[in-house]
Amino acid sequence: MIVNKNDSILNIKDLHVHYRTYDGFAKVLDGVNLWVGKGEKVGLVGEAGCGKTTTMRTVLRILPENAVVPKGEIFYHGEDILKMKPQKLNKVRTQGISMIFQEPAAALNPVFTIGTQMFDVIRYSDSGKGRSKEEIKELAVKAIGEVYIPDPERILNSYPGQLSGGMKQRICIAMAIVTERELLIADEPGTSLDVTILDQVHRLLRGLVEKKGMSLIMITHSLGVAREMTDRIYVMYAGNIVETAETKELFKNPLHPYTLGLLESVPRLTGGGVAEGIYGRIPDYFSPPKGCRFHPRCRLSEEKCREEKPLLKDVGDGHQVACFKVQGVI
Amino acid sequence: MNISVQSKQEVPALSFSVRVKSGVKKNWYKFSRNKLSVVGLIIVLIIVFSAIFAPLIVPYPHHAGKFVDYANAGTAPCAEYWFGTDNFGRDIFSRIIFAFRGALYMAALVLAIAVPIGVFLGLIAGYYQGTFLDTVIMRVTDIFLSVPPLLLALAIAAVLKPNLTNAMIAVTVMWWPWYTRLVYGMATSTRNEYFVKASELIGAGRLHIIFREILPNCLSPIFTKMALDVGWVILIGASLSFVGLGEQPPTPALGQMVSDGTRYMPDLWWMTVFPSLAIAVTILGFNLMGDGIRDMMAKGEYDRE
Amino acid sequence: MSGDALTLTETILEVQNLKTYFSVGKAEGKPLFVKAVDGVSLKVKRGEIMGLVGESGSGKSTLAYTVMGMYPPTEGKIIFQGQDISMPSAKRSLSIKKDLQIVFQDPGSSLNSRQNVRQILELPLRVHKIASKNGLEEKIVQLLKMVELPPNYMHKSPASMGGGERQMISIARALATDPQFVILDEPTSALDVSIQAKIINMLLKLQEEKGLTYLFITHDLSLMRNIATRVAIMYLGKICETAPTEDFFQAPLHPYTRMLLSSIPVVSEEEEELKPKKVVSTGEIPSPVNVPPGCSFHLRCPEKREVCMEVDPEMVEAEPGHFVRCHLYG
Repeated sequence: MIVNKNDSILNIKDLHVHYRTYDGFAKVLDGVNLWVGKGEKVGLVGEAGCGKTTTMRTVLRILPENAVVPKGEIFYHGEDILKMKPQKLNKVRTQGISMIFQEPAAALNPVFTIGTQMFDVIRYSDSGKGRSKEEIKELAVKAIGEVYIPDPERILNSYPGQLSGGMKQRICIAMAIVTERELLIADEPGTSLDVTILDQVHRLLRGLVEKKGMSLIMITHSLGVAREMTDRIYVMYAGNIVETAETKELFKNPLHPYTLGLLESVPRLTGGGVAEGIYGRIPDYFSPPKGCRFHPRCRLSEEKCREEKPLLKDVGDGHQVACFKVQGVI
Repeated sequence: MNISVQSKQEVPALSFSVRVKSGVKKNWYKFSRNKLSVVGLIIVLIIVFSAIFAPLIVPYPHHAGKFVDYANAGTAPCAEYWFGTDNFGRDIFSRIIFAFRGALYMAALVLAIAVPIGVFLGLIAGYYQGTFLDTVIMRVTDIFLSVPPLLLALAIAAVLKPNLTNAMIAVTVMWWPWYTRLVYGMATSTRNEYFVKASELIGAGRLHIIFREILPNCLSPIFTKMALDVGWVILIGASLSFVGLGEQPPTPALGQMVSDGTRYMPDLWWMTVFPSLAIAVTILGFNLMGDGIRDMMAKGEYDRE
Repeated sequence: MSGDALTLTETILEVQNLKTYFSVGKAEGKPLFVKAVDGVSLKVKRGEIMGLVGESGSGKSTLAYTVMGMYPPTEGKIIFQGQDISMPSAKRSLSIKKDLQIVFQDPGSSLNSRQNVRQILELPLRVHKIASKNGLEEKIVQLLKMVELPPNYMHKSPASMGGGERQMISIARALATDPQFVILDEPTSALDVSIQAKIINMLLKLQEEKGLTYLFITHDLSLMRNIATRVAIMYLGKICETAPTEDFFQAPLHPYTRMLLSSIPVVSEEEEELKPKKVVSTGEIPSPVNVPPGCSFHLRCPEKREVCMEVDPEMVEAEPGHFVRCHLYG
């Protein structure tokens, strides 16, 4: 599906986020640009500590207290989320965007039944306002049915501790879709689950998003997952988007040295040994390298990369890459 | 919040002294995030300092002992006697400062004995978790914990001769089990950590495991508790001396001063109020400082060594 | 990959019908057990990399820990270099401990954060009297060099290092005693792929240099494809299939293996081709307290028959060197 950027429902522009600590500011996000079209499934791929979660937390404004946003805008239907008043923001949170967190066990409160927690979600959303208890319950039962859990009535009365990891993740998905939302942010849902269960969770999530016509931002560290789940992928490194393209194009024609390195590092089912990996590690956010943040690990880096920060540039068909070397060649 | 922004330079191999220095600075930063901790620290420093140099700073050092001046007995607080004088005409301010000496001495000694005993037993019980030794140590600990602490101290202090040493023995006896409990919980969980398993599988001896692997991981809650406990020991000490089981007159003790003053309430109210305030401020100071130490020991996100 | 599976002859570790049960209270007067490892027989030959694959709850880590002597076996024998080592680790001789080492999964908790690298690496050297007091420092520098870390890491604390570097220290510690056999318990599952690749390469290099034998535990089949000489799949405390890597991936026999393979997210079309078609992952691994009667996989098996619900299948050699425990091949 090709979506015009003008139809975007979420548009992040030049977002910077810093964390204040004793050692100074950890300059984590360094100008993130990202947009999501209506009904589009977008992947945000990057390794641990690259700022994926920080980006999404900024969208919902649930950053920790020591975070500051020195620069940037997040447009949701043309309005800047960062400047919204609490009431308006609440409306976005309860009606517009929902988020599925990484750890299903931590996202559910162990001392309340699944029912209590789901009813609250419905009650505080717009579609639940003024509804009777029976109607709310009906909605919850329907949502649980949609994530293929048998016997929803029993589930509503059980506590999170009584459910398996896969079930809890499904409940989290059910809670995210129980009321109508436009955009679903899934932050590595169920990374701790086993492959056979993860596979089921992913299939379910994709099916639901497609059925309901929602947009999806899938945060993941796995290129494989992104390939199976999304229409378009953003590759993130050290607080920058380094490459974005439609999923098929990205795997056919990866351009940024980081994307290439990442792709090479994935062990293949076809065999052929293990690649070398990428030299070095993610930079220190307190004193990030000047110029391109990837240059100390890059095989191609030259003088210009060390001095100047490359910006995302289109190299054709919406395939954008932030690398002087690649931009120079094409 | 007004935090100065420092840009962090690249830190190559640091020399030892620099590392220590930056460690101190960082600990201070964490400690001082909460201004109340700093207030607590200042209170504690003032108390400790004034106790040490009591003879040099108090206006009437000789009032701390056997001294009678009926001419000035029961003077209300004034420029000459800041906190007033007692029924013998002794300066309350001087006596409070001197009383800090006994109180701090007691707290230091009680903790110096109770903490190692409690920690050692907790470590042993935690390491031998599930064995007979664990059961014996922890049940004995439970027995001590089940007796109301003040009652136990009172009983012991009453059986023995009433003086500061025996009061300290009494408090020590009731204090160690808390550390055993604390360390036991830490040790049992640390014992199952993978780094302990790894050392065991390498073939490390028991002493190494207990003292080099487990103990260092229990230290921060121990220190936090110790800082808080100084205040509580002083309070218990004051309670004992209130009922006459601590330091004996004429040596001043806070509890004993409060107790003496009650007989002259409400006319000589300063005899009770100022020693009571001294107790309250002391405990407050150590508690606030304890909170700061806890913050200092805590690991935060984006925390670097 | 080092050595052909068939040319390796000497058995270094043999596990015979090993069972590790944990008591978990009583139900209706009968004691209840978690049958974490339930009758595993396994031979590892000197110089090979044996891959042990399974989901969480399959008992793969329990098997490894029992071999290491961290749990007493309920039944069965462990024979290491011709010696019976079925006793707990406290009763094993120092020379067994020297030859048999393990690297744990979580690089965060496998190093004592209150010690520095020097103190951590000193322990095996002192315990096994590998270096004299004066030679300690030199030996530690050597160890660091072996895992490609600079000497000044000696004074670092684990907390100030990245996950990959910490795992390298763990590996250095395990190899400090110059062992014959190393169990690698998911050494890279907590790390990013680019770092995983580096660590795997280093492990392979060290294996070759020192003639080590690895028992590599993982849930990642793609990784196994690239490094193992033989692969064994575990499900609910039992091994259900074992074969040389090539055979294993070309013709997986057990339905569970096929389900696992079909669930892996991959990054290329060629890999997609290799994934078994028409297999859809369903269900979750049941609790090892209530192991279903008959074949333990029958609840999730797409090819289940009558007999599977009643009779637990025996291990059969379906092809030379390719063993499978399934009624389809009985």
